[in-house]
Amino acid sequence: MKRIQVTQEGVVFSLALILAVGLAIGLGKKFYDINNLVTLIRSVAILGMLGLGMGVVIIGRGIDLAMIATMVVSVSVVLVLPQASSNLPLALLIGLVFVLGIGLLSGVLIAYAEIPAIFTTLAMGLVVYGVGRSFFFRIDNLNAPQGYWWFDFLGHGSILTLPLGNGHAFELPAPIGAFAMLGLVLFFLLRWTRFGRFVYAAGDNPLAARITGTPTRLVLVAQYVISSVVAYLAGIVMAAASYGMNTRIYNSTMIYDVLLIVVLGGIGLSGGRGGIRNVLVGTLLVGVLLNGMTILDVPYTQQNLIKSIILLGALVIDSLINPRDEQTTQQGDV
Amino acid sequence: MKFTRILSAVVSMGVMLGATVWSSADEKGLDNPRRDPYYNAMKDKKVVFVPITMGWDLTEGWAAVLRKQSKNLGYELDIRDPAGSTDAGTRALSQAITEKPDLLIVHNPDIQSYARLLKQAQKAGIKVLQVNMESAYATDTYIGADWIQIGEVAGQALVDHCGAGKGVSNKVAIVQGVPTGAGNIYQMRGLHNVLSQHPEIEIVSQQAANYDPSKARDIMATVLQQHSDLCGIMGVWDSQDVGVGAAVQDAGKTGKIFVVTSGGGSKPGCDNLQRGLFDELISYNVPLQGDNLRQAVAELLQSREEAGVSKISYFTPLTIITKKNANARNCWTLDDLL
Repeated sequence: MKRIQVTQEGVVFSLALILAVGLAIGLGKKFYDINNLVTLIRSVAILGMLGLGMGVVIIGRGIDLAMIATMVVSVSVVLVLPQASSNLPLALLIGLVFVLGIGLLSGVLIAYAEIPAIFTTLAMGLVVYGVGRSFFFRIDNLNAPQGYWWFDFLGHGSILTLPLGNGHAFELPAPIGAFAMLGLVLFFLLRWTRFGRFVYAAGDNPLAARITGTPTRLVLVAQYVISSVVAYLAGIVMAAASYGMNTRIYNSTMIYDVLLIVVLGGIGLSGGRGGIRNVLVGTLLVGVLLNGMTILDVPYTQQNLIKSIILLGALVIDSLINPRDEQTTQQGDV
Repeated sequence: MKFTRILSAVVSMGVMLGATVWSSADEKGLDNPRRDPYYNAMKDKKVVFVPITMGWDLTEGWAAVLRKQSKNLGYELDIRDPAGSTDAGTRALSQAITEKPDLLIVHNPDIQSYARLLKQAQKAGIKVLQVNMESAYATDTYIGADWIQIGEVAGQALVDHCGAGKGVSNKVAIVQGVPTGAGNIYQMRGLHNVLSQHPEIEIVSQQAANYDPSKARDIMATVLQQHSDLCGIMGVWDSQDVGVGAAVQDAGKTGKIFVVTSGGGSKPGCDNLQRGLFDELISYNVPLQGDNLRQAVAELLQSREEAGVSKISYFTPLTIITKKNANARNCWTLDDLL
């Protein structure tokens, strides 16, 4: 008889499913209406995008705490450039060069100077924000330029519209499309390319990977470049959807939400485990939770309480089903 | 006879000449005895400003006005930016108290955090001016918005559009910022002051978006999904409520749902009003607050009264901006103030 292996991903997925079924029974059509489900996914699409980038880095046994700073500052830099209103593509290109620089710098410091990723990226976040605040923008609220249809489409368009009858239509918002596309690209990158396998190898056992000839340092640098670019893309979608960027987000706890969906989905902080699917599952649970609590109009403090209890619960169940093995005990969690 | 005529002519000529000489002295103007006390009271004084953070349109606006004044009057202005951290703000204040400046300008992050330090500063003989956010401890002067009034004005606007017999329904939604912040708490009190008189208004959602426009958008998208007949939305800060407007627009409800919010009245806020993201922006008019601030600084530096003796508040007037009056007079840019 084959024993079914219950993974953390499975636990979290079933938790999301149980919650969803509970909400569907309790709230009825209010919850399981197709448009509400679309709203649900739409509301976690940007968080999910950031999670995908973070996932790649964590699989390679790293962490990128500078993602929110990179997202906020790179997009703000784009918006304050004089080109933003006259030639947005050029401004976006300049922004891309900026984030590539951030990713390269973090990567080189981590891979070649061998400074722990957690400190490097923590400091890098402060540096990036400081540079932005000192040289590029003074006011924290920056409006997006008007008159670019493709930019508007990215935030408000629909990539698929189906008539549902009775005058209603099913629309798939572009941010979900961006999330799906990024997920697919990273999935192929991790699963089907040599680079992807190197990420897993370096994350699982960096020393063994290096001995067997994997260019671990280059792989490390590439990871941070990827996470920075992903942060930039998520920021562009965010700016398109809410007509601008508010640099105050840098001071929020968003980076913990990103880490949460990654780790909750089952990508271990010790590296080498998990994949894109884990990020999707973690994102789904957070999405169902947020949507349900918004519909039920649960007050702020109680929301935080419920969120933390459910998340703690998921971790407790996981540690009961999958006890810590020798390896995690030795390495410890971050 | 002849002699007296000549004498009188000479004398009168002399008088006229004298008068001319005297009057030419008068042409150089008179000295105003009030000038010296005014300028001397301000010259070389030390003023420390501790904002919540620089980078907000509010704090940058006030700072621009104060910098200009300090340059003109020759007092030393020292801005200590705690970058949004109450902890760093507390340290900055404690440090400032040991330096004994002539005036401390404080922008409180909430009503409690700095109360003790403000009391300490007053005891040490430092005059304290609070700006736009009051502490539980009252000091010499408070200049700033009456946050409860903002809530009341917003509440009244909701009643006007969604009260009995008006609007598509009586359903309204509230988007808070951070529920523990003083501005937020006071606005909610003002709102409920008005809504308690109007039981027909139904609040279908009261969620917090943490000042994040993207989060505000997500919350509102879900709420609009549930209540397609929503009539009005009140948000607590325009930069956050851009997201509210975006959700309304995405749902194709622009103009059908009334959105009221508040802010400093800077140009980006007005642009969003023009874009149709809000219908009404309650502005606490930063340039006007800057003028009031400037006057309060001059008053406090001139006054010979001991610190903490008289406690005066001045609630700066609100400006209600709609599409009709979103003009250069009501919507300011930082460059206007520099």
